[in-house]
Amino acid sequence: MGTIFRFHTDVDTDQIIASQYLLYPTIDEMKEHTFESLDPEFAGKVKPGDYVVAAENFGCGSSREQAPAVLKALGVKAVLAKSFARIFYRNAINIGLPVIVCRDLYDHVKDGDEMELLLEEGLVRTGGNEYTCTKLPAQMQKILDQGGLIASLDREVE
Amino acid sequence: MGMTIAEKIVARAAKVSETRAGEIHTVELDRLMSNDGTTHLTIDMYNKLKHPRIQDVSKLVWIVDHNIPSDSPKTAASQKKMRDFARANGITFYEGEGVCHQVMMENHVCPGELIFGADSHTCAYGALGAFGTGVGCTDYLYAMVTGTSWVMVPETLRFNLHGQLPEGVYARDLILTIIGKIGANGANYKAMEFGGEGLATLSMSDRISVCNLCVEAGAKTALMEVDETAMEFLRAHDREPKALFTADEDAEYAEVYDIDLTTVVPIVAKPHFVDNVVPATECAGTRIDEAFLGSCNNGRIEDLRVGASIIKGKKVHPLVRFLVVPASRSVMLQAMEEGLIDIFMEAGAIVMNPNCSVCWGSCQGVIGEGETLISTGTRNFKGRAGHRNSFVYLADAATVTASAIKGEITTADNL
Repeated sequence: MGTIFRFHTDVDTDQIIASQYLLYPTIDEMKEHTFESLDPEFAGKVKPGDYVVAAENFGCGSSREQAPAVLKALGVKAVLAKSFARIFYRNAINIGLPVIVCRDLYDHVKDGDEMELLLEEGLVRTGGNEYTCTKLPAQMQKILDQGGLIASLDREVE
Repeated sequence: MGMTIAEKIVARAAKVSETRAGEIHTVELDRLMSNDGTTHLTIDMYNKLKHPRIQDVSKLVWIVDHNIPSDSPKTAASQKKMRDFARANGITFYEGEGVCHQVMMENHVCPGELIFGADSHTCAYGALGAFGTGVGCTDYLYAMVTGTSWVMVPETLRFNLHGQLPEGVYARDLILTIIGKIGANGANYKAMEFGGEGLATLSMSDRISVCNLCVEAGAKTALMEVDETAMEFLRAHDREPKALFTADEDAEYAEVYDIDLTTVVPIVAKPHFVDNVVPATECAGTRIDEAFLGSCNNGRIEDLRVGASIIKGKKVHPLVRFLVVPASRSVMLQAMEEGLIDIFMEAGAIVMNPNCSVCWGSCQGVIGEGETLISTGTRNFKGRAGHRNSFVYLADAATVTASAIKGEITTADNL
């Protein structure tokens, strides 16, 4: 089980990690500032295995890969949203952070609820209910299964 | 069944005769642009590869533009890493030459190319009929190592432009009008294709401005038909098209919009979203602390001419900082030659070196808590220009300059 951190619609990548931290040398130095504009306490509260749940168009805006990277570095297990912006979605899969389209979940949970994700079955359990998620496109599932795009690159060479 | 421009470019890059929206293809990339926003992380990942290699170094263009000159030891370290790697590997490298997309348009982009840029506004390259799309550093690294990637062929929204923009109305107003109409995710995963007889009335600068902002509707790419205006720009910059594609008459579109350019008015996008648009007159009277004329969207010579013509002989409001930032060195040199820089300096503006500046809110000109900026930048997200509790209004060059003079939002004709 993990705790839900629930965010609104059109969460842009500037909110996930602001520009002023992007040139920090490492993701670890940036991650303390995750969601700083929306919830300055977020990085201190989130625990490995927790979830981010959002409405439509999560991750819109800039192409900064630091956005999914700081979430992954904080141990966020998956982001579940009604829909994702294109670049964020692709970046997240590429680094091995599951991003899952789950249309029904958002309207039935609140911040702080506990949930469980059965990734392979594409199911979420929370509050005694089950919600079905949309399966990833095969191309992206393959990348995720291999542990991200770079892992697949190393494998191709072998 | 015919093809859209996006389908034709992906077909060329995939070396197949045709493609359809929704298909996934492995493509050969023509060009790979990266800037100082993420390249230091790309290099870290590159150095951890089991077999690090660059497929074709001539495809790579690296540009330091986001925090130039650097603002802190951390930034300096990240940029040094980029600079050293570029030199060691013979990568085409620009530093201080201008905002990446302007530098790319002036020096590299060719019609028909498929280009990955590690920056979301890479869709600007559609102004020259190239399929530019923003990627993160992992996608960039994969393409750098293999020369290839995979692309899902996007559906296309077609925009037929009719007539001509009225005097005092600009390309920025056109694209903000369109984004307001279709919404911040109205083109998510899709291409936005522009044509119609109205396209011929738009200058290259206008076209870059339109294509550049399409990502604010979520678009994967933006594409325009290459006409004589575009060919003239290419010739002036000593380049040739890779391939010239027009959309087939029976191409299949997700949606077709007819846009009457004669009805477009000056627009302002209010905080904190680009699709939060209203006619600029509705924001009249809003107090501002700073105004910004610049960025890959509106930092070209045409924009500086608009600003200079409005502020000539006038003064920046005493409670306002007015930042003027040419988009590239060549734009700045041209502005100097035309006397525009003198006009801005005499008016009390702060003229800065070509860079992304406050458009991305990390370097020069960031605004403080509770402050308000009016900007020709690309985004007005919460905190985009500095403090998380600050406010950004987006507008065209004329409205921004007029507002800098008045100290509150105003259109130029109400100055």
